[in-house]
Amino acid sequence: MDQASDHPDPNWTILFVCWLLVTAATLGSLFFSEVMGLPPCSLCWYQRIFMFPLPILLLMGLFPLDAKVVRYALPLALAGWAIAAYHTLLQLGVIPETAAPCSQGVSCSSAYLELFGFVSIPVLSLLAFSSAVGLLILLSRRLAR
Amino acid sequence: MKKQHIAFLGAAGLMLAFVIAGLLYKGQRAEELGSMAQSSGAPFLREHAPSMGPADAKVIIVEFFDPACETCRVFAPKVKSLLSQHAGKVRLVLRYAPLHQGSDTMVKILEAARMQGKYWKTLQVMFDTQPEWASHHRPQPDKIWAFLPSTGLDVEAVRRDLNDPRILEIVRQDIADAKTLGVRKTPEFFVNGKPLPSFGLTQLQELVAAEVKANY
Repeated sequence: MDQASDHPDPNWTILFVCWLLVTAATLGSLFFSEVMGLPPCSLCWYQRIFMFPLPILLLMGLFPLDAKVVRYALPLALAGWAIAAYHTLLQLGVIPETAAPCSQGVSCSSAYLELFGFVSIPVLSLLAFSSAVGLLILLSRRLAR
Repeated sequence: MKKQHIAFLGAAGLMLAFVIAGLLYKGQRAEELGSMAQSSGAPFLREHAPSMGPADAKVIIVEFFDPACETCRVFAPKVKSLLSQHAGKVRLVLRYAPLHQGSDTMVKILEAARMQGKYWKTLQVMFDTQPEWASHHRPQPDKIWAFLPSTGLDVEAVRRDLNDPRILEIVRQDIADAKTLGVRKTPEFFVNGKPLPSFGLTQLQELVAAEVKANY
């Protein structure tokens, strides 16, 4: 096997870190729903729809390193980011509750979990999507050079 | 290190973290519930809660349920057969977790039926007719009234008692206790304050058998 492609280079490492991140976010989300038994609200489900494909998609892009992966993964990450941002604003009360799309079942605007007093689940989601978007853009810039 | 090895380690690390976090969480929850079970019985047991089986039974199954919950309906006869299987040793205490919209009305009807001494009969009819009044998890409380006369209840009295302050207090207390105990799904069982290791009939049967063995 080719020695050069067998060992990590900076581009591969960036994508790998991004993969670790989205995989941790996916497992974390499953932890909240399956282990802790917190029911996901509808906005959470939309974020999951965009987050859950990323671990598989990025893994395919890692072996072998495929520059095109950014083209496929970035739109998903951006869509997820937008919903996470909306959800965070909703929970912070910046967007009024009446604008919330959830009328039945689980409320999107009530916080079920707060770490350190301000990190709620939508904030965690927003952090994960932001870092994924950042790393994917960084990677595409490097690859374009 | 090769890429494949790094990726494998990363994946294994994340999976391991997930499993460890799960075990820690379950351990912590069992500990919390255990310390609550040591006290007078609340928030598991309340004076007002309807119960079945001998008062001096040393094994108490606390079931948080919702009359509109299909799984609760399926479990009801199985839990009763657990009582007869360990006759004289096990008591069932029912608590309410009305998670569906509209199921609080069902709970109030049950409590009004209890005032007339027809609790278990009414619960049976409610579960039997559940597909009629709560199809697809959408309870339509108005539909239950047609089935109530078959229980022999004074239906007019039920309507009158529905908003009795004592009943409202029972519902309020049960919802508060369900929240304290972290009940988010129904049915949720606690056997002598211990939660099921994972949800399932077999797990319930095993936990009850283990508690009977430990206490008799």
